[in-house]
Amino acid sequence: MNSDVIDFASLAPAYPEMLLAIGAVVLLMIGVVVNKERSVLVSYGAVLLLIVTAALVILQPKDGVLFNGVFIADGFARYMKALVLGGSALSLLLALPRAEENGTHKYEYAVLVVLATLGMMMMVSANDLMSLYVGLELQSLSLYVLAAIKREDSKATEAGLKYFVLGALSSGMLLYGSSLVYGFTGHTNLSEILVAIAQEGRSIGLIFGVVFLLAGVAFKISAVPFHMWTPDVYEGAPTPVTAFFATAPKVAAMALMVRLVTDTFKGISHDWQQIVIFLSIASMVLAAFAAIGQKSIKRLIAYSSIGHVGFALVGLSSGTQGGVEGVAIYMAIYVTMTVALFACILSLRTSAGYVETIEDLAGAAQHRPFVAAIMAIVMFSLIGMPPLAGFFAKWHVFLAAIHAHLYVLAVIGVLASAISAFYYLRVIKVMYFDAPVREFEAVPAELNIIMAVTGFVVVTYYFTVAGPLAGLAQSAAGSLF
Amino acid sequence: MTLPLFFFYVFSAIAVASALMVISARNPIHAVLFLILVFFNAAGLFMLAGAEFLALMLIVVYVGAVMVLFLFVVMMLDVDFASLRQGFLQYAPIGVIVGAVLLLELLMLAGSFVVSPEVTASAVLPMDGVDNMRAIGQVLYTRYVFLFLGAAAVLLVAMIGAIVLTLQHKSNVKRQDPVKQVGRRPSETLEIVKVKSGQGL
Repeated sequence: MNSDVIDFASLAPAYPEMLLAIGAVVLLMIGVVVNKERSVLVSYGAVLLLIVTAALVILQPKDGVLFNGVFIADGFARYMKALVLGGSALSLLLALPRAEENGTHKYEYAVLVVLATLGMMMMVSANDLMSLYVGLELQSLSLYVLAAIKREDSKATEAGLKYFVLGALSSGMLLYGSSLVYGFTGHTNLSEILVAIAQEGRSIGLIFGVVFLLAGVAFKISAVPFHMWTPDVYEGAPTPVTAFFATAPKVAAMALMVRLVTDTFKGISHDWQQIVIFLSIASMVLAAFAAIGQKSIKRLIAYSSIGHVGFALVGLSSGTQGGVEGVAIYMAIYVTMTVALFACILSLRTSAGYVETIEDLAGAAQHRPFVAAIMAIVMFSLIGMPPLAGFFAKWHVFLAAIHAHLYVLAVIGVLASAISAFYYLRVIKVMYFDAPVREFEAVPAELNIIMAVTGFVVVTYYFTVAGPLAGLAQSAAGSLF
Repeated sequence: MTLPLFFFYVFSAIAVASALMVISARNPIHAVLFLILVFFNAAGLFMLAGAEFLALMLIVVYVGAVMVLFLFVVMMLDVDFASLRQGFLQYAPIGVIVGAVLLLELLMLAGSFVVSPEVTASAVLPMDGVDNMRAIGQVLYTRYVFLFLGAAAVLLVAMIGAIVLTLQHKSNVKRQDPVKQVGRRPSETLEIVKVKSGQGL
C-alpha cells in the first residue's frame, strides 16, 4: 500500500496540475474577499494563471508515470495540455468585454473555467479508467454550470439542463464501457489493459466495452450520432461560453480518444477503426448537409464544429503515427480558427444586441471592414482554401488516410468539404454583398488584438508556424508509438 | 445450506423485489421508500462480504442523508407523475426494442464470461488483521491520492455551481436589519396626536 510519491520533487510531472488546482482555490478566495471590480481582477488572474501553467508545461518538460500509474506525462500530453491551456486563456479573454450582458461578469465564471481546464488536463494525462472518469466529470460538471451561468436567460438555462441530462447519459455509457473493459481484462490501468489485450486477444465482452467507452467519448467531442446536444447548447449558452465549449473541451476529449485507441486498444485496432471511420464519415456528411438550412449563426458554428471533428477523426482512423500527427496539427489550427471566428462574432454588435442570425450580418463589410475581412479569411480557412491554415490542417489528415489506404474515406471527406463551402460562402456573401440594415457598434480593443493575432496566424500559417508546429506534433505523436 | 448463504439469498431476493417495486410503484413516495429498502439489503450483503465499513457508510450516507433529501424534494415539488407517464405506451415499442437488444447483449456477454480460477482462489478476503476502515485509509491517501483530490475538486465545482445558479442578491427586497430595528427611537417614529371626540383627523 505504498505511494510512489516520496518527496515533493517526485511530483514534478504533475506540477502544472497542482499549480492550477491551488490557483483555482486562491482565485476563489480573492473573489470572495475582494469587493470592488472582483470579476475583472479574477478574470485577469485566471488568464495569468493559465499562461503561467502553459509556460510550466512547455518550458519544464518532465515525463513520467505517477500516482501508482493513474497519471502519465509524456510528449503527447504536453502538446495537448498546451493547446487546452491556450484555448481556455483565449476564451477567457473573449469573455471580458461586455461581461455584464453575457452573464459572465460573475467572478465564479473564471474560477469554473480554471477548474474545467484542470479536469481537461487530468483527461489528457489519464492513464487509468478511474482518473479518466474523474477528469471527465470535473470538466463536464464545470461546463454544465457554465452553460447555465446566465441564469435569468431561459435559453441558457435550457441549454444547461439539456447538456446536463445528455452529459449524464454519456457518462453512464462511459462507465458501463469501463466496467466491461475492467471485467474482461482484469485491469483499470491503461498500460496493463494494453498488456492484457496483447496476451489474451480480443473477446466479445471487451469489444462491447470499447464500443460503450468510445460512445461516451464521442459524445464529448460531439461526433455524429452523439451530436444532438451541440446545436442547442451552442445556441443557448452565452457566446463567450460557446467559444470556450468549442475550443478547449474538444481538444481534451479528442486527446483522450487518441490515447485510448492508438495506445490502449492498439491490439484490437481493426475493431475500433470501424467505429472511428463511421463516426468520421457520419460527422462530416451530416454537418455538411445540416448546416445548409441554419439561420442562427451559432447553430451554424455548432454544425461546422461537428464537421471539423469528423475531419480530425479522418486522421485518427488511419491509426498511424502520421495520422495522430495530423490530428494534433488539426486541433491546433481548429482552436485558432474558432477563437478568431468567435472574436469576430462578439465584435459585431448592433444597438439591438449581438448578431444572432446570418441575415443580421448584412452590410458588415461596409461598417466594420476589418472584422468582416478577418471573418471572411476565417471562413475561407474553414473551407480549406490553399494558402490559409485550414487547408494544411485538412491536407495532413487526408494525407494520413491516403497513406493508410483509406481512399473512400478521403474522397468522402473532400466531397463533404466541398459541400460545406456553400454555407461558409453564404456568410461571406451576406457580409459583403447585402445592403446594410443596421449600424454596428464600436469594437472593444481586446477583441481587435485577438482578431489581429489569430487572423495573422491563419493567413501566414505556412510561413510562420507551420514548421515549428509540425515538429511539435511529430514529437507529440512519436511518444504514443 | 449454511447460515451466511441463507442470508445472502434473503437479502438479495428482497433487494431485487424492492428494486422492481421502485420502478413500478405508482406513488413516488413509495418508490423512494422501496429504494431505501434496497439500500438496506445491499448493506446487508456488504456485511456478509465482510465489508462492514462500506455497509454502515451506505446506510449513513445514502439512507440517512441522500434519500431523506430526496424524499423532501419529492414531497415538496408535488410533481404530477401520472402526467409524466402519459407517453409511456407511445414509447413502449421503442423501449421494448432497446431492452431486447440489451438483453441479447447481456446474454452474449454472459456466454463469454468466465471466472478465472485464480480469482476464485483469491476470493478469501486478504485482511491480515487490518480492519476495514484502516485498509481503506491506507490506500485512499497514498495509492489513490490523485483520484481522491480529483474527486474533491469535483465536489468543489458542485458547490460553486449550486451557489452560482441559485444564490440571489436582490436589491429591491426588504430585509430585516436587527441593528436598525433595535436602534429605533420612539421620537423618530411615533407622533402623538390629540384627537377631539367627534371630529376625527
